Amino acid sequence: MAYDKFNILKSKGIPLQIENVDTDQIIPARFLKATERVGFGDNLFRDWRYNQDNSPKKDFILNNSLYSGKILIGGRNFGSGSSREHAAWAIYDYGFRCVVSSFFADIFRNNCLNIGVLPVQVSEDFLSKIFKEIHNDYNSELEVNLKKQKISIIKLKESESFDIDPYKKDNMLNGYDDIDYLINIKEQIRNFADKTFL
Amino acid sequence: MSKTLFDKVWDSHIVHQVPSGPDILFIDRHMVHEVTSPVAFLGLEKRGVSVLYPERTFATADHNTPTINQHLPVKDPLSAKQLKALEENSAKHRISYWGLGHEKNGIVHVVGPEYGITVPGATIVCGDSHTSTHGAFGAIAFGIGTSEVEMVLSTQCIMQIKPKKMRININGKLEKGVTPKDVALFIISKLTASGATGFFVEYAGNVITSMSMEGRMTVCNLSIEMGARGGMIAPDEKTFHYIKNREFTPKGKSWDKAMDYWQTLYSENDSVFDKEYHFEAIEIEPMITYGTNPGMGVAITKGIPKADSIQGGTITFQKSLNYMGYNEGEDMIGKPVDFIFLGSCTNGRIEDFRAFAKIIKGRKKASNVTAWLVPGSHKVLSSIKEEGILDILKESGFELREPGCSACLAMNDDKIPAGKYAVSTSNRNFEGRQGPGSRTLLASPMVAAAAAVTGRVTDPRILF
Ligand code: SF4
Repeated sequence: MAYDKFNILKSKGIPLQIENVDTDQIIPARFLKATERVGFGDNLFRDWRYNQDNSPKKDFILNNSLYSGKILIGGRNFGSGSSREHAAWAIYDYGFRCVVSSFFADIFRNNCLNIGVLPVQVSEDFLSKIFKEIHNDYNSELEVNLKKQKISIIKLKESESFDIDPYKKDNMLNGYDDIDYLINIKEQIRNFADKTFL
Repeated sequence: MSKTLFDKVWDSHIVHQVPSGPDILFIDRHMVHEVTSPVAFLGLEKRGVSVLYPERTFATADHNTPTINQHLPVKDPLSAKQLKALEENSAKHRISYWGLGHEKNGIVHVVGPEYGITVPGATIVCGDSHTSTHGAFGAIAFGIGTSEVEMVLSTQCIMQIKPKKMRININGKLEKGVTPKDVALFIISKLTASGATGFFVEYAGNVITSMSMEGRMTVCNLSIEMGARGGMIAPDEKTFHYIKNREFTPKGKSWDKAMDYWQTLYSENDSVFDKEYHFEAIEIEPMITYGTNPGMGVAITKGIPKADSIQGGTITFQKSLNYMGYNEGEDMIGKPVDFIFLGSCTNGRIEDFRAFAKIIKGRKKASNVTAWLVPGSHKVLSSIKEEGILDILKESGFELREPGCSACLAMNDDKIPAGKYAVSTSNRNFEGRQGPGSRTLLASPMVAAAAAVTGRVTDPRILF
């Protein structure tokens, strides 16, 4: 499914200063029963966000109205665990377009790229700076420039560059997805398949 | 440069290389289940395309299924709808479907090898991270997301950047009571839950070669728990013997042709890995986890480390212990246990049930413990009955459930209640993984058995 183009994102961020945030926290398994991709944002971080009686947990960052924005900032090793794309859907559906961390789990990173959420991996150092700045001033904005592969803390005039596969970058800039590309080379795939023996 | 096992399989599946982009890999076998597939099938419909090679895809229902009364209609309406969707999508696209009650039904990573869908040198994917299990046969097998499931259904290909290569060598002889699960938990405790991110792992050394195929599956299964894309083991005579004459393996001339290829599948002597580790069997004891990621494991006799011995992340360490209701420095032996879960694609095969039965035989289930014993498939279930293991279980006061993922991810009713401790043979001890508020101690079937009869965390070696 093609998605929105991504170019420059200027936004406040929500700091989730926890390491090893796994996909079971992002979206617990009991919410994976849907047969359509709708409504996942409501259950994003469900068990950290709500008590068992469904009242919001006051100390959880998403429930703190001071913090808002389209950028989620997480601690090291973000998205480990299951291959459920539902985790990326939940993040997207909640309204995030970009996740920043100092380290991402592989499948999660792929899943994000496949649905139009940009994973931005920064150094440990820069990540601490972002956390510190947002904790100081929740209105402080970040700018993520995909074309230039640069993320900046606007107020501090500090920035860092990030890596992205050139092909994936192109896809995100244009809002293409992999399937469009693959369908285009179907003949080549058929020829390859004819020669396989497993 | 000489090729590794991984290079050989990967390179022979490249259909096309996107200039300065990912490789387009041909996928030999694709497994689907009810949870990660419905949106992919919807995607096909939206694009107006059909499944390119239905004979290469196999569907089974496992994640969301009840483990009692499977002959009755599924109670939960959402689960029932998801199962129905898989059944209908499979029928519509002419995909083999092994639904509830089907004799071949079971956990996707258990039934794949059982029926010979899993073969050496193949590329195998599934919308489930423990697809790495199939690497035990020398296949490149890894988990994918739903967009990628749609990709494979519609084009039989996937786009991937080639991961880096890691080899983990384990040599020596394992002591009695030390199982493949302990080997895996030991490695993860050394490398941490993210230590192999970005890598594809090859396991080697005589500890691995002397393991059974089922043991190798357990080890490869857990590769993802240290962040690896997958893990694999070079196929050998044991592998070929295991797969020969299974329903979907090649036969006759095709077998010979496949064998010619399979026998080339090993890492050349002078091939180079981006990272290499060496461990000795003598270092490994029965393991157990005390925290909320699979890297937080210790030898069962050792106990919980002190916060100051943990590299980095002490906040995370403390948060984790708070969740578990434990303190740094405490012994694990003797900790109370409320539940036992024997099952999952990690340890739900017949050898796991044999190991469990060996310990509990002649003993009684502890009265404070609730035990859920869940075979990985109908085939495993039949073997349990045929081998007399069911009788042993019953004599000791245990019951057997019907096959499925069950409490491994607690999508069905098999949820560990909040605050309760479960010794589980599954693969994840994340917060709430086995039910909201549940506390998981990952361990081998033997450690689970020892806890089941003593009601506490117990070293199984004292029960031999
Ligand atoms: S048993 Fe657990 S890990 Fe294995 S496929 Fe099922 S849910 Fe996934």
